[in-house]
Amino acid sequence: MNKLPKLATKKISYRTAINQALHQEMERDNSIFIYGIDVADHKRIFGSTVGLLEKFGPQRVFSTPLSEEALLGFGLGAAISGLRPINVHIRVDFLLLAINQLVNMVASYHYGSDGKLQVPLVIRAIIGKGWGQSYQHSKSLQSFFAHIPGLKVVMPTTPADAKGLLIAAMRDNNPVVVLEHRMLYDVEGEVPIKPIPTPLGKGQILKTGKDITIVATSYSVVEAVKAAQILEKIGVSVEVVDPRSIFPLDEELIIKSVEKTGHCIIADYDWTFCGFSAEVATRIYEKLSHKLKSEVMRLGSASTHCPCTRPLEDEFYTDAINLIRAVEKKLKLKEMDLSQETFYSYENKFRGPF
Amino acid sequence: MTKLPNRKNLLLELYKKAFLIRIAEKSIVTHYDTNQMKTPMHMSMGEEAIVAGVCTALGKNSKTFGTYRSHGLYLAVTEETDKFFAEMYGKVTGVLKGKGGSMHLLSPDDGLLGISAVVGSTLPLAVGAAFANVYLKKKQVTTVFFGDGATDEGVFWESLNIACSKGLPVLFVCEDNGYAVHTPLSVRRGYKSLANIIKQYSCSVFETDSTDAEQIYKLTLQATASISKKHQPAFLQLKYYRYLEHVGVHEDFNAGYRSKKEFIKWQKKDSVKLLRRKLKDIKVKDIDIIQLEDRIKKQVEESIQKAQSAPFPDPSELLKNTFYEQTS
Repeated sequence: MNKLPKLATKKISYRTAINQALHQEMERDNSIFIYGIDVADHKRIFGSTVGLLEKFGPQRVFSTPLSEEALLGFGLGAAISGLRPINVHIRVDFLLLAINQLVNMVASYHYGSDGKLQVPLVIRAIIGKGWGQSYQHSKSLQSFFAHIPGLKVVMPTTPADAKGLLIAAMRDNNPVVVLEHRMLYDVEGEVPIKPIPTPLGKGQILKTGKDITIVATSYSVVEAVKAAQILEKIGVSVEVVDPRSIFPLDEELIIKSVEKTGHCIIADYDWTFCGFSAEVATRIYEKLSHKLKSEVMRLGSASTHCPCTRPLEDEFYTDAINLIRAVEKKLKLKEMDLSQETFYSYENKFRGPF
Repeated sequence: MTKLPNRKNLLLELYKKAFLIRIAEKSIVTHYDTNQMKTPMHMSMGEEAIVAGVCTALGKNSKTFGTYRSHGLYLAVTEETDKFFAEMYGKVTGVLKGKGGSMHLLSPDDGLLGISAVVGSTLPLAVGAAFANVYLKKKQVTTVFFGDGATDEGVFWESLNIACSKGLPVLFVCEDNGYAVHTPLSVRRGYKSLANIIKQYSCSVFETDSTDAEQIYKLTLQATASISKKHQPAFLQLKYYRYLEHVGVHEDFNAGYRSKKEFIKWQKKDSVKLLRRKLKDIKVKDIDIIQLEDRIKKQVEESIQKAQSAPFPDPSELLKNTFYEQTS
């Protein structure tokens, strides 16, 4: 499926992949600087900014006052003045303090200068889950960001994409919101050693299949792949599509897959109402309504706030079990026995507080 | 540093800017009610001394940000009126091809990097632009204009704090007209003196309630000198009186929130008249002043005519520049 020439890769974690992208790009381009609350403290944003301060110095790597709004505007001011800022938010929930700058200023600045000024600004924001993150440390908000013209939004799931999408974001002359998932930081995978950008707006098929398509984002991709692996045991072939980039969207990849399978479940890692899943479903109906073998199904977080305690949190999110049951329902299969399967392996491994 | 101009040239330069702003806005007042300039106007009338004084002191080598009340700033920085009026009329020949209107003027080529219709929103941009100047080793001051209303916003204090903590070359210019929209300072502030609070920051503070552009020019030079000398931001607290309503081109003294008496007090020291008197005091000939005024009036009239007859943008303009299209 992958026609790219074989690249030298190494097995590293999502965290290391982000760190490597930052090291390699900051080495290559002196105009990149990275800043935000706790970027240069001893914990280094879950380890993702390790070594940067030592290598690039305090002008290019610094911690800031707790002033999210001004600091995003600061990044915009620097971006239109020849620099390439990376503004980091250890939780996407904190980025909400800077919404005026993001929506009123950052998103429209290129437009509002008649194209004379460019905004090469990256916003890294981390999504939390598990270990009692509760409802102000666990939002994802991709639909909200992608709703605003002028912003690009990506959600890497694999270590290779964590590196490749961040590199592409750093090289783009538009503002890009990169939504990293905290629970994926320890996941390991093969990652190109060289700095190779993953094009923004290109999705990927993480598992090919012929019976049903699951379009999933961020951590839901993990659940979708897990569901697909289990369903394979009873001969159900699930195709898992990870758009990676919420905007621009690789509509073609999704349409092609659903055209092939005729069935589609959208598992967006977010609420469903007015969300990305609604956008994808609409596009499928616009292009394929006559070819669908069943109605498009949407699964997402429950329409409430994320609870702290595990038993309720498990109910809040769409997980692999929900996906397996949904596929069975769609394909009119008997419920398979899941008692021997292991779920929540990431959640069970994770130890807090951070 | 920049060589000081002789006094006559300085006063002529200040008057040229102040008179241009006054005439351009008077023309807006004349034409606005015909409903062809469909954009919310926040008029600069009354603040001419500030923008003329500060911008003349800053000269060409400066980055500047402003507020939605920036007709004066735009005209002081660019001295051009063709694109200015075309923008007011929503024409394709305007600053933003008619996409921005009165509240989104800018001229990157002249260092005017943006204004915003949301109070306080350009403050942090100025701090970031100043950071970029230091980073790129450019010896430039970044100036940001804002009203006293902006100092009610959290982002003002955040921006001031960041600039001061990093010792950045930012000139904060507070154009204090005493009202945030229609609400006076007395009901908005839980403290006595803004200047006294800012003096607690690593920031040099300068204040005046003068309407004399020459004095504001000198104060600005002191402020920029202090920025280079002390490696910290400077804060100019400049009082003025807004002649017209918050938005729109009419007087609003019958609205009840401020009195005409207050206005008359300020009008007696009107900055444009004051500059004209100063020119006469230093024996600039009447004919020279009148020629300058006539030239500016003609410039404005011609710009309005051009704007009126210019075409509106083509529908194909709509989506342009939403994103920067990468070519490589």
